[in-house]
Amino acid sequence: MNLFSFLENAQNWTTASGAIPYRLGEHLFYTVVSVAIAAVIGIPLGILVGHTGRGNFVIIGFTNAARAIPTLGFVILMVLLLSSGAVPVLIVLAVLALPPILTATAAGVAGADSNAVHAARALGMTPGQVISKVEWPLALPLVLSGVRSATLQVVATATVAAYASAGGLGRFIVDGLASQDYPQMFAGALLVALLAIVLDILLGAVVAGLRRRARPTSDRRVAVEVSAAA
Amino acid sequence: MSPDWDWLARNTGMILRLLGLHVVLSVLPVLIGLVLAIPIGYLVSRCGPLANAILAVWGIIYAIPSLALFVAMPSILGTKILDPVNVVAALAVYALALLVRSVVDGLRSVPAEVKQSATALGYGSTRRLLRVELPLAMPVIFAGLRVVTVSTISLVTVGALIGLGALGDLLTYGFNSAFYTPVLTGIVLVVVLALVADAVILLLQRGLLPWSKGVRTA
Repeated sequence: MNLFSFLENAQNWTTASGAIPYRLGEHLFYTVVSVAIAAVIGIPLGILVGHTGRGNFVIIGFTNAARAIPTLGFVILMVLLLSSGAVPVLIVLAVLALPPILTATAAGVAGADSNAVHAARALGMTPGQVISKVEWPLALPLVLSGVRSATLQVVATATVAAYASAGGLGRFIVDGLASQDYPQMFAGALLVALLAIVLDILLGAVVAGLRRRARPTSDRRVAVEVSAAA
Repeated sequence: MSPDWDWLARNTGMILRLLGLHVVLSVLPVLIGLVLAIPIGYLVSRCGPLANAILAVWGIIYAIPSLALFVAMPSILGTKILDPVNVVAALAVYALALLVRSVVDGLRSVPAEVKQSATALGYGSTRRLLRVELPLAMPVIFAGLRVVTVSTISLVTVGALIGLGALGDLLTYGFNSAFYTPVLTGIVLVVVLALVADAVILLLQRGLLPWSKGVRTA
C-alpha cells in the first residue's frame, strides 16, 4: 500500500470543495478566528490582572481546569447543544485558546521591569499611560509567545473537532478512518502536523525577533516616552 | 438536559471498566515518559550551549496534533490500528516531549555552589548526580509531571476516534446516539480523574521530597 497515494493524487489538490487546499483554508479559518476571539478577550483581561495584581488565582484555576477538560468531550457537548457548523467549534477553540493568552499577558504585564514602571509613575504618567507606554511594550514578547502556544493548541484541537461534523484537515483523518482509507488518514495526519510545525516555527521566529529587539528598543522607547511625559 | 440516572445505574459496570482502562492508558505513558526523560534530559543538559537548540527542536514534537500521532503510530511501529500500544506510545512521546524540558530545567536549577561543594566533599560525578543533583531537581521535575499527567488523562479520550479511548468511548457513543448522559459522564469522570491524579502526585511529592515546599507549578 502506498501511504502517499492520497497526497499524490492530483484530484485532491484542486480548488474543489473538500479537496486539500479547501480543508487547509477551513483549518486556518478556525485557527485565526478562534485565536483572534481569545486574544480580544484574553489580552485586556490579562492586562487588568497583571496591572492590578488581583485575580491571579482565577487565572490559575481556569488554566488548570481547561487542561483537564477533554476537548473531544467539550466539542461533542457543544455540537449536541448548538447543532453542527462552525459556531460550536469556534466557541470551543476560543475557550481553549484563552488560558495561554490570558496567563502570558498577565505574567508579562506583572513582570514588566519595576524600575521602568516606578519611573513612569514618578514622572506623572496616568495608570493608562503606564500600561500603554511601559507595561504593554515590555510584555509584548511574552504575550506573543502565549498566542503561539494558543495557536498550536487550536490547530491540534481543530483536528478533533472534525469528528463532530466540522471541516478542516481533521476531516481526512475522520473520513479516512470511517472508510478504512489509510492513505487519506495518513495525508490528514501529515498535513496537520506540517501545518502545526510551520505555524510554530513562524510564530517562534516572530517572538524571537521581538525579544531580540525588545531589550534595546523598548528601553529606548520607555526612556523617550518618559522624557516626553516629563 | 438532566442526566438519565437509569442509564447510569444500568451501565455502572461498563463505566467502571472504562475508568480502569483509562487509568492504565494514562499511567503507562507518563511512567515510560518519566523513565526515559531523566537520562535524556541529563544528556541534553550536558550539551552546554547546544542544549537550548536541542530543546527548541524537541519542543516541535509537542506541535504534532494527538489525533495525527495516534493515526501515524501503526505505520511507525508496525502495529495494528486497534492496538492499545499505539495510544500508549503516542502519549509517551508527548510526555517525553514535555518532561525532558522539565528535567533540564530542574538540573539547571541546582546552584553551582552546591555542585562544587559536593565535588569538594569527594562525590564522583555519578554519585553527585544521583545523590545531589537529581534530588534537588525533583521539585521542578514533579511540577512538569503534574502538567503531563493531567494532559495525558485528557488526551487519552482522543483515542476513542481510533477505537480505543477508554472513557473517551463514552463521548463518541453519546455523540453517535445524540445522548447527553454518556457525554457528561465521560467529561466529569475525566476531570475528576485528572484532579485526583494531580492531588496524588502532590501528596507523593510532599511525602518523598520534603525539601520541595515552596516550588510552584509554572
